[in-house]
Amino acid sequence: MRKFVDLHLAPKLKDENQVRQLIVRAIELDYRRIGISAPPGTNKRYIRKLREDADLNVDLVSRVDITCTTPKSLLKALRQVRRRFEVVAVTCLTKSVARQAAKDHRVDLVNFPYTDLKRRFFDKAEAELASGSYCALELDMNPLLTLPANRLVPLLRTLRQEVRIAEKFDVKIVLSSGVNDVSLMRHPYDYVSLARLFDLDKESALDSLSEIPNSIIERNRRKLSPDYVAPGVFVVRRGGDG
Amino acid sequence: MVKGVRYRYLAIKVESKERFPKDLFMRTLINAVSRLYGLYGLSKTTLSLIEYNEDKRYAIIRCDHASVDLIRSSVASVTKINEIPVYFRTVLISGTLKALRRKLSEVLEKNQKSLS
Repeated sequence: MRKFVDLHLAPKLKDENQVRQLIVRAIELDYRRIGISAPPGTNKRYIRKLREDADLNVDLVSRVDITCTTPKSLLKALRQVRRRFEVVAVTCLTKSVARQAAKDHRVDLVNFPYTDLKRRFFDKAEAELASGSYCALELDMNPLLTLPANRLVPLLRTLRQEVRIAEKFDVKIVLSSGVNDVSLMRHPYDYVSLARLFDLDKESALDSLSEIPNSIIERNRRKLSPDYVAPGVFVVRRGGDG
Repeated sequence: MVKGVRYRYLAIKVESKERFPKDLFMRTLINAVSRLYGLYGLSKTTLSLIEYNEDKRYAIIRCDHASVDLIRSSVASVTKINEIPVYFRTVLISGTLKALRRKLSEVLEKNQKSLS
């Protein structure tokens, strides 16, 4: 049975009630792991508290969303957050940031604005860079439910093109909800059928909701564990002095 | 040899604070399908309402077996009815009405137990 993941819940962190409602709803909808999006300034204690509060049958994943306009500020932000969060996502507002994010191994997910399609920089060059690192393209499903028809049509056209490029260059796609409202949360299989709108086939869509995000989380948790030494090198057993 | 039409039956749970009459539910569903797939897509679904229970807030609809995903995505895309937030959740899909009703009663019973 698939272990579904929603890596992008975007509640207002100050509103504890909303956070809890979203978590409860995610459990009802068969999600086993959920990622709560936090700004870079969020401290570890808050995330730990959230985990303790969510004494429910769900695995909470800490995720940070970085929004930068210059590659330099992106690198600075990455240095600060990489060891603190399990998933690092970059919202690319400029092409230079998009390119930097795609080639940086510390970035797990790149996403682009949905309102301004000219700022979606996922082209062949971007895909080539992303395929070389472990960077996946994140597609939020929320705009598909909320945008009016006249804005949905060009968005679907763009997404279709991005999916085609991603498949060609073997870039992984992650489907997330991106919601901050309980009423907009949907079951994973609903997202799978909605993904048909931009030509993502059923198996790939299911992988995008389970296998791919799970592998990102596992990989990063291994890296964040004290047993991690360097890429490919882990402490297997600790011996005593004698 | 001409093959008969194969149908699929879908049980849909209406999750909202308000109740909606049968015709409004169906109109919303038809609008959602035509919004995403157009009238041509809608004509291919052979969509029809089999049962609607306003009290228990569920509906059973029938569609062509090839257009299940199309209906499911349209059902999921409904967010509001008359500005009231709503979620149409596909609970079950079955090839026969009998099997669907049997499974649906089990699901409703389970939900009732968890509430009480």
